[in-house]
Amino acid sequence: MSGDGLDTRHRGEALRKAVLIAVPYLWLVALFLVPFFIVLKISLSDIALARPPYMPQLDLSAGLAGLRDFFAGLDFENFVFLTEDSLYWKAYLSSLQIAAVSTIITLLVGYPIAYGMARAAPEWRPTLLMLVILPFWTSFLIRVYSWMGILSNEGTLNSVLLWLGVIDVPLQIMNTNIAVYIGVVYTYLPFMILPIYATLDKMDSSLLEAAEDLGCSRTEAFWLVTLPLSKGGIIAGCFLVFIPTIGEFVIPTLLGGSDTLMIGKVLWEEFFSNRDWPVASAVAVVLLMILIIPIVLFQRNEQKQREAEG
Amino acid sequence: MAQTVFAPWEDPEEKPLIEFRNVTKRFGEFVAIDDLSLAIYSKEFFALLGPSGCGKTTMMRMLAGFEDPSEGAILLDGRDISGVPPNRRAVNMMFQSYALFPHLSVWDNIAFGLKREGQPKDKIAARVDEMLRLTRLNKFATRKPHQISGGQRQRVALARSLAKAPKLLLLDEPLGALDRKLREETQFELMDIQEKTGTTFVIVTHDQEEAMTVASRVAVMDEGRIVQVATPSVIYEAPISVYVADFIGDVNLVRGTARARPETPSVAAEAVAGPTAPEPAAAAAVAPNLAAPEQTASERSAAEAALPVDPRAPQPNALGEWLHDKVLFPILGRRKPQQKLLPAPSPQERATSDRPQTAPPRDAAQAKPAPAHADDPDALAGGGIVIDWAEGQPPVIATNGDAALDGKPVVLALRPEKVSIGKAALDMPNTLRGKVIDIAYLGNISTYHVQLADGSMIKAQTANTRRLSRRDITWEDEVWVGFSATAGVVLEE
Repeated sequence: MSGDGLDTRHRGEALRKAVLIAVPYLWLVALFLVPFFIVLKISLSDIALARPPYMPQLDLSAGLAGLRDFFAGLDFENFVFLTEDSLYWKAYLSSLQIAAVSTIITLLVGYPIAYGMARAAPEWRPTLLMLVILPFWTSFLIRVYSWMGILSNEGTLNSVLLWLGVIDVPLQIMNTNIAVYIGVVYTYLPFMILPIYATLDKMDSSLLEAAEDLGCSRTEAFWLVTLPLSKGGIIAGCFLVFIPTIGEFVIPTLLGGSDTLMIGKVLWEEFFSNRDWPVASAVAVVLLMILIIPIVLFQRNEQKQREAEG
Repeated sequence: MAQTVFAPWEDPEEKPLIEFRNVTKRFGEFVAIDDLSLAIYSKEFFALLGPSGCGKTTMMRMLAGFEDPSEGAILLDGRDISGVPPNRRAVNMMFQSYALFPHLSVWDNIAFGLKREGQPKDKIAARVDEMLRLTRLNKFATRKPHQISGGQRQRVALARSLAKAPKLLLLDEPLGALDRKLREETQFELMDIQEKTGTTFVIVTHDQEEAMTVASRVAVMDEGRIVQVATPSVIYEAPISVYVADFIGDVNLVRGTARARPETPSVAAEAVAGPTAPEPAAAAAVAPNLAAPEQTASERSAAEAALPVDPRAPQPNALGEWLHDKVLFPILGRRKPQQKLLPAPSPQERATSDRPQTAPPRDAAQAKPAPAHADDPDALAGGGIVIDWAEGQPPVIATNGDAALDGKPVVLALRPEKVSIGKAALDMPNTLRGKVIDIAYLGNISTYHVQLADGSMIKAQTANTRRLSRRDITWEDEVWVGFSATAGVVLEE
């Protein structure tokens, strides 16, 4: 074979690889990076009554002067504003708190379920897995609405409790943070169960026998072997619940009360009620910055997990 | 330095460390262990050998405490351990998958069991270091299991299960995951460690070579029962059943009907062979009758007086003659003369005996059906049995057979390495003629698959002491295979 032929083939190979890699990158650039820069630009703009409801706009027909004017019009005013009004940082903190508490509750509920599934007879596992995934087949919005029907003062839960005589007065659950927690835990439970189930299912059962053989009781074996080995699944599940919950908008809006402060709700109100796009964009950019930290941590955990298995 | 033979099982005073008493284990309908009794002694290296599904792993899991017997009792040091959970038994197990904790370092894996005992830290450290030295793992103490090789993982698993100094160590197919070379090395290492620590080892394996190499005694299992418990050499050389013979190593199984052999050479036979008949004639006498000359009885008797016997010539035996003349000949037709297939005698042989190569004639009166004491005169030890195993083939002599088996169906188990093969007729009590069909060349040894005239196959093995180019037997060669009268083991079917 001639050197040229080999060279051409190598070049063809390189091109093929480049095209293959280009697809996801183009996707990310078009659907993440470009929108992000648009939002970032709006966050640095000023509110205006015209459409789009912000200034300045880039006027390329004015040439270099137009570009200069455009950059001169950008400032960090909106970000400064976020620090001045306590509503925003309170909303951020409250979101973080609600996300953290819901994640812990989801973990406490999800782990035993995942454990039970992994220990179930093999012929039952596909069915159980199906049952976990099944709710996704119905619209998320409809499922949250149905919780309103369950939790409201005249709802199913209160009716049953009243009929049983457990309570005399209907419980006020609807429009409180408790309803938000219930909604979040319910919605995100599968995201906790599935990664934990995956790690538990992979675990070699002879490890537990070995632990028992070496003098562990069943409980000790769980704490010393099962739990450390499912750490990867726990971390993955926690991030999968925590990250979307921070920005959650539907659940606090539908189930939460007026005192339920979540940044997703604030964001919505800025965009659609106040129509203050620049401030809303600033809220979104800060939220993204806050979320990047757990996302990076999550990815590092995944990486470590892969290395440990490789 | 001579060592005293380690054989506690032969000492009636010795108390077994482990005793299975009529243990039965059922899983639903399935009977995994069937009324099994067994004693294993202290410091033994005991192997449970059998095909998959024979119950050997169930036995081990019952010893470890992961399963309880459905019936019967298991005694450890004289105490019934049924119902004692695994974490309270002085028994440790090395798992087939090694079951190393992937989140712990090698050091922590070995220390795991010791920490559970709540020993002081310095004691644990000393013991772990001792184990690391024993298994030559010092360098890898801080590594995680996925950072070391398969052989090293195997040693970590061994060190971990030995760390608590158990009375009994169970090894579940401990070397199954290693490649052959490493496995062989590790086998000796295991024996070494077993000797050093003085721990009783019970190993479960389906690899008979492994069991024979490491074990002081081997129990061959089949379908939840123990078929034979004995030292490796007894298992190999004196299997008690066809199953054991077939499971352990390679074996030729010659199935046939036993016939008692006279304790002393029969008078009639002496008359034929004569007191001066050379010993090889005995071999020839039972050699395949297919080599017998095509002669009518009258011709033979005419030739009888005149012709002495060539010791090299294959001789038809009385039974074969009788069968041929009375039964087979009318049906199958005359045998082909086979003499021409015999190798020509060397010039020396010609010089010393210028005798024609014809078979010795037999007196028609002597050619009686079984159980006539027909064949086999000579210096060969008397007694035992002969086995009629195929039409048109000479019966096989087994002087180690029990004469009481007379008339019963038997199997002669014959190890290939005890079967000689040659291009010339062999000077052996049992010789058969055939053609080489296959040669399995293993480097150090070759196994020849020889097809006999009746279509049955027999395997003969020779050590390749010569370089390959000088070996003379090859495919399609006409050969003789032969074996002594005690080479095989006679087993009742």
